[in-house]
Amino acid sequence: MALSAGVDVGSTQTKAVIINENQEILGRALIDTGANVVKAAEKSYLKALNDSNRREEEVAYVIGTGYGRYKVTFGDTQVTEISCHGRGAVHMFPNTRTVLDMGGQDTKAISVSETGEIVDFCMNDKCAAGTGRFLGAASMALDIPLNELGPTALKSEKPVKISTTCTVFAETEVLSWLGKGKKIEDILLGVHKSIASRSISLVRRVGINDAITFSGGVAKNVGMIEVLNENLGMKVNVSDESHFMGALGAALFAMDHIKASRVPAGGVS
Amino acid sequence: MSYVVGVDVGSTYTKAVVLSPEKDVVGKAMVQTGFKLDKASEKALDEVLKGAGLTRDEIGYSISTGYGRHLVPYRDITVTDLTATARGSNYFFPKTRTVLDIGGQTMKASRLDEKVKVQSFRLNDKCAAGTGAFLEKTARYMGYETEEISPLVQTSKENVPISGVCAVFAESEVINQLSIGSAPSDIMYGAMSSLVKRAIQLLKRVKMESQITLTGGIMRFKTMVDVLTENVEEKINVPNGEMVQFTTALGAATLALQRMEKIGKSA
Repeated sequence: MALSAGVDVGSTQTKAVIINENQEILGRALIDTGANVVKAAEKSYLKALNDSNRREEEVAYVIGTGYGRYKVTFGDTQVTEISCHGRGAVHMFPNTRTVLDMGGQDTKAISVSETGEIVDFCMNDKCAAGTGRFLGAASMALDIPLNELGPTALKSEKPVKISTTCTVFAETEVLSWLGKGKKIEDILLGVHKSIASRSISLVRRVGINDAITFSGGVAKNVGMIEVLNENLGMKVNVSDESHFMGALGAALFAMDHIKASRVPAGGVS
Repeated sequence: MSYVVGVDVGSTYTKAVVLSPEKDVVGKAMVQTGFKLDKASEKALDEVLKGAGLTRDEIGYSISTGYGRHLVPYRDITVTDLTATARGSNYFFPKTRTVLDIGGQTMKASRLDEKVKVQSFRLNDKCAAGTGAFLEKTARYMGYETEEISPLVQTSKENVPISGVCAVFAESEVINQLSIGSAPSDIMYGAMSSLVKRAIQLLKRVKMESQITLTGGIMRFKTMVDVLTENVEEKINVPNGEMVQFTTALGAATLALQRMEKIGKSA
């Protein structure tokens, strides 16, 4: 049985997924992208292979996606992350009609058809406000690890109102709230709310259609899930593997290619 | 005889200037603003008095300005930073009609009439891409401190285009440029050029007129002034040396002197 791989080179993290012909995930890897993008792509791929306990020769087709997709030098082709996120989301949650992908530096809202084709999308392309980076800035300023931001924020009862738009200024604002004696959880919930409201306005532009699937690294943040659910008035689809959505989509496209390029041989139906 | 103080509480630094009754600068001090704005303003006052060899009793009038102006405990009145910068620019260059002030977190352009009144102004305080923070971030991504920006950029040989739409996106841009072998000095030059482009857009919106006076900490960077001078036709003035950072505080101090004289006459 042939395998396929998808490598999603994001601005902050690089994800790789190995799947089999039954579209089951056999291996996955997540590493920091860092400055050497080519190396990050290779490393994540080898790590995912290792995780799957399969050999490189078994992988028949590799697709690169994400902002660094052209740096996946061992890849057979590239597909945009918009297509991959749409495909991955519909595969994981077949009822998906809208995908909200929040990554390290960009947030995308994608409207998809029942078959996972892209109907419309929009993204923040001029400004890092409302992206995972805003959480990164808060994490740095408050000296709290990224994975504790959400749980800490959810302890808040009186969130502060974050007034800055710019991620760079947000760091200063967070510190100034701290200086005014506000509780860390109240500041953090304010930060989450601020990002959620910006990303929801992005989702509105492509139209909110049931159901919304939340993907990207920020989808691991329980605080963000909660705030989104509250502001949208509906529950977003989210899974433990939400951050692999793009890589999974790429692997699925790669598997399509493997299957489509097979010449039906005699005796095999 | 009483002296006056102008204190400018900016987002990054707090500056204080003492003027003598003869309108001479007798002391100036700068401290980091931090998050306790009142404390920063007190500290700036203590330092400026110490430097000038004066005591608080010898100060007849104080005016505060800048974004933290309402938190200065010893102020008599506050004035907006636009007014104060206009006055300070006029002190050095009486023919100033346009002021461009770039601080750590703001960029402001204003046009003045012959009576030093602000006729129109535009500002950017929503996005770090148009402020000093953009240059600081760009430098930091490459491992340089703020103080190293000026010497670094002066060794630039060519302009590496940096889009300058977002101070966060600049990080990937900088990394990409470094990975293809661009020199940090050239990247820094590119960042300055994009900041200048933004400044010129702002200047055009206030319908700039000659002469233009540049103020704010960024104008300590000679290259920044050079690139601006190359790109506008109007005559450009820059206050000497460190005074470029104290123009706004100085402007507040000149207004304090006027107020004190007025009160003295009516009393």
